[in-house]
Amino acid sequence: MLPSNLKLLSKPVSRVAALVGLILLAACAKPDPAQTTQEAFDPYEGQNREVHQFNRRLDRALVRPLAKGYTSVVPDDIENAIVRFAVNLSLPSDVVNNVLQLNMRGAIEDAARFVVNTTVGLGGFFDPASEMGMAAGTNTDFGETLHVWGGREGAYVELPILGPSTERDTWGMAVDLFTNPLTYILESPESFAGTAAGVSAGLSKREKFGDTIDSILYESADSYAQSRSLYLQNRRFELGGTAGNTYVDPYDAPATSGSLEDPYDQ
Amino acid sequence: MTSNLSRRHFITTGLAFSGLAAMPSGVLALTDARARTLVDAVVSDINRVIASGKPVSVMISDFERIFTRYADVNIIARSTLGADANRISSSQMAAFTKAFRGYIARKYGKRFNEFVGGRIEVNTVKAVKSWHEVKSTAYLRGESPFEVSFLVSDRSGKDLFFDMIIEGISMRLSERTEVGAMLDRRNGDINAMIADLKKAG
Repeated sequence: MLPSNLKLLSKPVSRVAALVGLILLAACAKPDPAQTTQEAFDPYEGQNREVHQFNRRLDRALVRPLAKGYTSVVPDDIENAIVRFAVNLSLPSDVVNNVLQLNMRGAIEDAARFVVNTTVGLGGFFDPASEMGMAAGTNTDFGETLHVWGGREGAYVELPILGPSTERDTWGMAVDLFTNPLTYILESPESFAGTAAGVSAGLSKREKFGDTIDSILYESADSYAQSRSLYLQNRRFELGGTAGNTYVDPYDAPATSGSLEDPYDQ
Repeated sequence: MTSNLSRRHFITTGLAFSGLAAMPSGVLALTDARARTLVDAVVSDINRVIASGKPVSVMISDFERIFTRYADVNIIARSTLGADANRISSSQMAAFTKAFRGYIARKYGKRFNEFVGGRIEVNTVKAVKSWHEVKSTAYLRGESPFEVSFLVSDRSGKDLFFDMIIEGISMRLSERTEVGAMLDRRNGDINAMIADLKKAG
C-alpha cells in the first residue's frame, strides 16, 4: 500500500503544476459585455457550427442508437444503480470544489452523502442518503468554482462529444479531471470502472431526455442556435441560483429574471 | 368653443368610464396576491390536465385553452419577433399570433404526457422591475423536483403571464431564437415563415 502511494506522489505534483497553469490561463479570459444580457457572446460561431454538425452526426449515427440499445437491454434497476454509482463517484470532486468555493456547508453535506452511500449504499449503487432525507448533492464543478472566484463566462464554445459549454466551463472541465481525489487513490482497473459508469450514465440520460434532445437537435429550425440559447440560460441559472452566489457581485452575475427585459416596453 | 369643450368633456368622461370598466385589473396596480391567484389558477388547470391522463391530442387542445386564457399570447408572440414586429402589417401580426398559439400548443402540449402523475406547487411571489415573478416547483415522477417561474403583468389591462421559465430557461427567449431562425431560413419573408409555423411543433 505504502510503496504504491509513494510511487504516485510524483504524479500529483505534476498535476498540481498543470492545474495552476490552467487557472492562470483561465484568469486571462477577457471579460465579455454579453454576460449581462441574454445574448450569447459567440466569436467562434463558424468553428462551433462545424463541431455542432459533427456532434449531430455522431448522435444520429452512434450515441442515440447506442442509448436506445443500452436502455432496452439493461434492466431499469441496474441502469439506475449504475447512474447512482457514477453520481456517487463524482461526489469527492464536488467536495473539493465546494471547499474551493468556501461553501463549507455544501462540502460537508456532499462528504456525508458520499460516506453514507459508499458504506450503507454498498459502494454507491444505492442511494440511502436521499431516502434518509439528507440534503441533495450540490452537483458542482470547477467551472462554478471559477465563477465564484469572479471568472467571467467567456465565449460560447461547442465541444466535440461533450456539447455546449463556455470558455470558463471548458477550463473547469479540464481542471475537474484532476479535482477528484479518487483518481489519486484508485489504481488503473478500478478507476476505469468510474469512467465506464460515467459513459453508461450518459447513455441513460440521452434516452431519458430523448424527446427533449431530439426536438432540439432534429426539430428546431436552427439546432445550433437553439442549443446555445438553452445551455446558456440554464447554466446562468444554475450559477446564479446556488448558495455560492453569496460571494458574487450581483451586478456581475445576471439574476435569472432580472435580466429579462419587459416586453411591454417595446 | 363651448361645444368644443363639451365634446372634450364627453371624450374624457367616456375614457374615464371605459377605464372604470376595466377597473378590477386595469386601474389598481398588480399585487403579489393577484399574481399568485393567476398562477394558482394556471397550475390547478395544468394539474387537472396531467392528472386526467387523456390522449395527447386532447392534452394539446387543453394546453392551448390554458395558454389562451392565462397567458398574454399577443405580447409573447410579438416579442418573439423582436425588431421584425415593427415592420409587419397588422394582418400579418394577427396571422402570426394565431399560428404561434397553435405552434406553442402543439410543441408543449404533446410533452404533457411526460408530466402525467406529477404536480406543480406554487411557492413564492415577488415584485421584479415592472412585473411579478411567481415561483413554483414541479414534481415529476422519477425526477428531481425543478423550478418553474411565471412572470405576471397587468400591463395588457388584465392579469396575465408573459413568460414561463423552467430551470432558468425562458419559453419566450427560446422561442425568439426559434422564430428568428425560421425567419432567417426564409430570408426574412414573414408570410413564408407563418406558413412554416403552422406546420411546426
